[in-house]
Amino acid sequence: MVESGRKLTIAAHAALILGVVVMVLPVWLAFVASTHPGTDFLTGRIGFMPGPGLVENYKEALFTGSSVSGFPPVGPMLWNSFVMAMAIAVGKIAISLLSAFAICYFRFPFRVTAFWLIFITLMLPVEVRILPTFEVVADLGMLNTYSGLAIPLIASATATFLFRQVFMTIPDELTEAARIDGAGPLRFFWSILLPLSRTNIAALFVILFIYGWNQYLWPLLVTTDQRYYTIVMGIQRLAAAAAEADPVWHLVMTTTILAMLPPVLVVIAMQRLFVKGLVETEK
Amino acid sequence: MQAKRVTFGGGIVPYLLLAPQLAITVIFFLWPAGQALYTSLFAEDAFGLSRQFVGLANFVALLEDPSYRSSFVITIIFSVSVAGISLGLGLLFALAADKVGRRAMVYQTLLIWPYAVAPAVAAILWWYMFDPSVGIVARGLRILGIGWNHHLNGTDALIMVILAASWKQVSYNFLFFLAGLQAIPRTLVEAAALDGAGPWLRFRKIVWPLLAPTTFFLLVVNVVYAFFDTFGIIHATTGGGPGQSTTILVYKVFKDGFESLNLGASAAQSVVLLVIVIGLTALQFRHIERKVHY
Repeated sequence: MVESGRKLTIAAHAALILGVVVMVLPVWLAFVASTHPGTDFLTGRIGFMPGPGLVENYKEALFTGSSVSGFPPVGPMLWNSFVMAMAIAVGKIAISLLSAFAICYFRFPFRVTAFWLIFITLMLPVEVRILPTFEVVADLGMLNTYSGLAIPLIASATATFLFRQVFMTIPDELTEAARIDGAGPLRFFWSILLPLSRTNIAALFVILFIYGWNQYLWPLLVTTDQRYYTIVMGIQRLAAAAAEADPVWHLVMTTTILAMLPPVLVVIAMQRLFVKGLVETEK
Repeated sequence: MQAKRVTFGGGIVPYLLLAPQLAITVIFFLWPAGQALYTSLFAEDAFGLSRQFVGLANFVALLEDPSYRSSFVITIIFSVSVAGISLGLGLLFALAADKVGRRAMVYQTLLIWPYAVAPAVAAILWWYMFDPSVGIVARGLRILGIGWNHHLNGTDALIMVILAASWKQVSYNFLFFLAGLQAIPRTLVEAAALDGAGPWLRFRKIVWPLLAPTTFFLLVVNVVYAFFDTFGIIHATTGGGPGQSTTILVYKVFKDGFESLNLGASAAQSVVLLVIVIGLTALQFRHIERKVHY
């Protein structure tokens, strides 16, 4: 029997509590900052307790923005982020399901070539092809559009591999039975494969929603019009203003809280799916 | 690569199914990557009026450029620190959570959510805490007699972005280490305990070796993260400064290409990054293959 080791258990709890504090503290301080009126920052006396400005700050950030530094309200940015995250998650899942289906359930020339073409995208993150990708999007007239924000990001090798693995575990007898009953490929896909992959789709959706919401470089490149700013990249404009003469820290921190709230809530509310999705996509 | 034993006939159907994925791959991935490769061999003026084939001159210029070399060194320091800190803390918390047993789930919930925070947002959190005039940590440091100003001091700025990048990544490592620890057969650990091995010896001789595949996998993932996903951290806060002190490679590609419009140099940098990604991906897949055999 492994010794019960009271001392070790206490040390373990201590380490974990310390860990939780380190994780929570930056966010707590940001929250505190988001509840203090802007003038409190000038005195430099903001501690660990929330102030009285919560409602005003969030109202100002969401609906009016900062007129002094010319910063637009973040309400529309939240909406843009939501649209982009949903489009990326749904788009990636849809086209990956289709390609995994084609690769698993059909034999055709260039099948392996197609597989490798998809595989290569793993090695080409936006960061290594910034300028030329921007040029393509500009040539297609997709700057400052929702399609420009989402479509170039929805190719996915990871999702395709994941669904391929899921499909490979589905017994061939099911396919045979479906065919005897007269189901064509699309009928089989819709009525059998999709329902059987439901939990995998949900788990992947959680991961991809977070991925989409947290995009930074891409929206920075393809949006120059404030109407298409997403909140995660929009913060930078505000922080830049804060670093200059006119500090709007209360708005920066309010925006920061608003920017992280949706994805963090998704993780906490769907913890089991999140963990499943994370582990599966990295296999 | 195998397909199902039972397949559909289909004719044109599989091509239609693959069309959206392949179209996006070709238009937004392969074509631009090809362009980057091609451009890296040319010298072009900022207005794009003339271009001239220069072979590998852009790469040679890059290697001789002291600012590129210093950016490389900064990236190495940054990546090693981020991977080291976030792997170390992730492992520590995972060991503790594994030890705690049934209540591990509560801690898991409390520890994993930072994964959902965007790197740029995480950076703002730390940027604010360390702000020399309003940040609470900077104030605390001043009381301890340590001066802090990441607007002026390059080392301070680098430490700040390293902490922000690591903070966000701990939860990911924690989750994978915990899964790895829980997969280690209890009987092995118990047998060693019966033979009189203490906790430290058990960790060194049993847990650590069995955890090696997880550690290796996470090491690669963390290096990829530190190299490529941290653009937002730099761009949202320090902007590569003060001076060059936080200009990591991905930030430099962006700056040289988009702000200085030095297209040949930027393309050559893209190609260097591309080689790094290919190397790291190959490492990762070799590891997966080994896991399959094992």
